[in-house]
Amino acid sequence: MPTPEPEKPANPTLHAVIRKVFAAAEKGFSLDVDFTAAAGFTVIFGHSGSGKTTLLDCVSGLTRPQAGRIAIAGRVLFDASNQTNVPVAKRGVGYVFQDLALFPHLTVEQNAQYGLAQLPRPQRRERAAALLRDFRIDHLSRRRPTEVSGGERQRVALARVLVTDPCALLLDEPLAALDAATKSKIIDDLRRWNEAHRIPILYVTHSREEVIALGERVLVMENGRIIAQGTPHQVLSAPLQETVAQLAGFENIFDATVWLTHEDRGTLTCRLPTGQPSGFVLLETPLIRAEPGSRVRVGIRAGDILLATVKPEGLSARNVIAGQLVSLERRDMMISARVNCGVEMEVHLTLASRDALQLTPGREVWLVIKTYSCHLMQC
Amino acid sequence: MSIDWQSFRLTLELAALVSAILLVAGLPLAYWIAFSRWRLKFLVEAIIALPIVLPPTVLGFYVLVALGSHSPLGRWWQSFTGHTLAFTFTGLVIGSIVYSLPFAVQPFTTAFSSVDRKLLAASATLGASPARTFFRVVVPLSMPGLITGVVLAFAHTMGEFGVVLMIGGNIPGVTRTVSIDIYDQVQASNYAGANATALLLLVFCFAVLAAVYGLNRRNPKSWMIGPAN
Repeated sequence: MPTPEPEKPANPTLHAVIRKVFAAAEKGFSLDVDFTAAAGFTVIFGHSGSGKTTLLDCVSGLTRPQAGRIAIAGRVLFDASNQTNVPVAKRGVGYVFQDLALFPHLTVEQNAQYGLAQLPRPQRRERAAALLRDFRIDHLSRRRPTEVSGGERQRVALARVLVTDPCALLLDEPLAALDAATKSKIIDDLRRWNEAHRIPILYVTHSREEVIALGERVLVMENGRIIAQGTPHQVLSAPLQETVAQLAGFENIFDATVWLTHEDRGTLTCRLPTGQPSGFVLLETPLIRAEPGSRVRVGIRAGDILLATVKPEGLSARNVIAGQLVSLERRDMMISARVNCGVEMEVHLTLASRDALQLTPGREVWLVIKTYSCHLMQC
Repeated sequence: MSIDWQSFRLTLELAALVSAILLVAGLPLAYWIAFSRWRLKFLVEAIIALPIVLPPTVLGFYVLVALGSHSPLGRWWQSFTGHTLAFTFTGLVIGSIVYSLPFAVQPFTTAFSSVDRKLLAASATLGASPARTFFRVVVPLSMPGLITGVVLAFAHTMGEFGVVLMIGGNIPGVTRTVSIDIYDQVQASNYAGANATALLLLVFCFAVLAAVYGLNRRNPKSWMIGPAN
C-alpha cells in the first residue's frame, strides 16, 4: 500500500484506494482512485457518469470493489488483500442519497430515530430531537416526508444520518434541487455540526458554484479517475489543468471582498486585491445577500469578457477596466489572451478579432465585463 | 331453508387456516422471488403459478397421489400417525395450500418488488440488519399487497371445489365444504337449499372483498410519491 496506516486511531482521515471494473455492457467503465480526505468537506466534482456515485457506493459498502483498501480513522472497512469487507450496516458511514430515500411511511421523527435501534427509547427520542433542533426542523417531527418542503426534506435526510454519529459522511448531490438561499443555510448548519464532530465529508456535485462555495478541497473526476485535486482555487485556476478549467467553466476566479451594496440598483461593488499593497480592482456584480466587508469569490468565464483597444463608451456593461496584454496563446481555433489589469484575467478571442485588433503582448487594452457575467459565490 | 352450518364453519376454518399458513410461508418465498438473482428463478415462479392454469381435478389428482400411501410423503405420514392423509382435514389443508399458493405469493412478490431499492440501501447504511429492514421498511410499504394476497388466498380457498372433491371426498364435518354441499343439494334436486347456501357464500365473499378494497381505498398510499426533485 502506498500510504502507511494512520498512527492515531483518533485521526479522522478517510483513505481509499479503490479499483472496480464493470462489465463490457457498461462500456467497460472502470473506477480507479486513490485519495485521502481529512475531516471537513472534500468536494468530488465531475460530469455525470464520471464515477462519483460509484465511489461513494464503494466507501459505504453498497458496492464491492475488486481491489483496494478503504480505511476511516485507521479502521479498515475493506481490504481486498486479506478479504476484509465490513458489511454496510456495520460500517457506520453516513450516506445521504441523491433522492434522499427518506422512509415515506415514517414521520420525520421516526425517520430520525431509525438508525438508533440499539438505544433505549428515551435516549433515542432525545438524540433524534436534538438533531432535529440542530437542523431547525423539530416543529415538523410528526409530519411525513411528503408533507414537508424540499429544503426541509434535505434537512431530515441529514439529521437521520448524523444522529447515528457516523465516522464519515457521504453526500450525493444532496442540495442539487434547492435554490441558492436554502442551500447556503443548510450548508451553514452542516458546517456548524461538523465543527463539533470533525469527520470527513465527501460531497459529490456537478455544480461549479458548489465547488467554489464549499471546497476546502476538491477532487475532480473524469472517467473513473481523479484528474486533479487541491483547493478549488488551485484546481480551477492552475493553467496546466485545462480540462479542469473547462469543466469548471470559470477560467477566472478571484477572492474578493464586498465593497459597497447598491440595493436600489440590484448590484454590488466588489474589491479584488492585486499583488501590490493597497492596490485593488473594483468590479460591479449582481446583488447577493452579503454585508460590506464579507468575503466572496467571483468567477468570470474567459469567453464572457470583451476586449477593446480604445476605451469604449455608451455601453450597458458596467465594468470597463484598463489593462495590458501579457500574452496571446493559440489554442486550436481560439486565442487565449492574458491581460493584466491589476489582477490577471484570461480572455478568449477568435483568431479574426486578434488580427482585426492587431493584438500583440504589451498593448494597452480595455476589458469589458457585464455585471451578470460576474458570478458570485459566497465563501 | 336448510343451510348446512357445519360445512360452512368447516370451510371458514379451512380458508382461515390456509391463508394464515400462506401468509407465514408466502412471505419468505415472495421475498426470495423478489430479491434473488438466481438464474433459474423463473422455473420456481412457473411452478408456483401452475395452479392458476391447471384444472383443479388435475391438481387434486396429483395431490391425492402425493398424499396416498404409495408416495414417500404418504408413507412417512402413515408411519407417523397410522392413517393416510387423503380424505382428512389435514390433507385438505395441504391441497388447498398448493392450490391457493399463487394467489398469495404473486401479490406479495409484486408488492416487495415495487419497494424502492434505495430505501433498502438507506436502511442498511443506517445500521439496520436485513430482518429489521424487512419488518420496518419492506413489510409496511408492501401492506396493501400483503392484504390483497391474504384475502385472495382466503376467498380462493372458500370457493374451491375440484381439489376438495378429489382429495377430501365428502365427509360431513371433516372434508365436506360449502361448495360440495351446494353440489350435493343440486344433485338431490334441492334447489331451494342450494340457493340459500350459495347466496350466503356469495354475500359473505362480497362482504369480505368489499371490506378489504374499502380499507385499501381509505388508506391510500399517498406516501408512495417520491421526494420532490
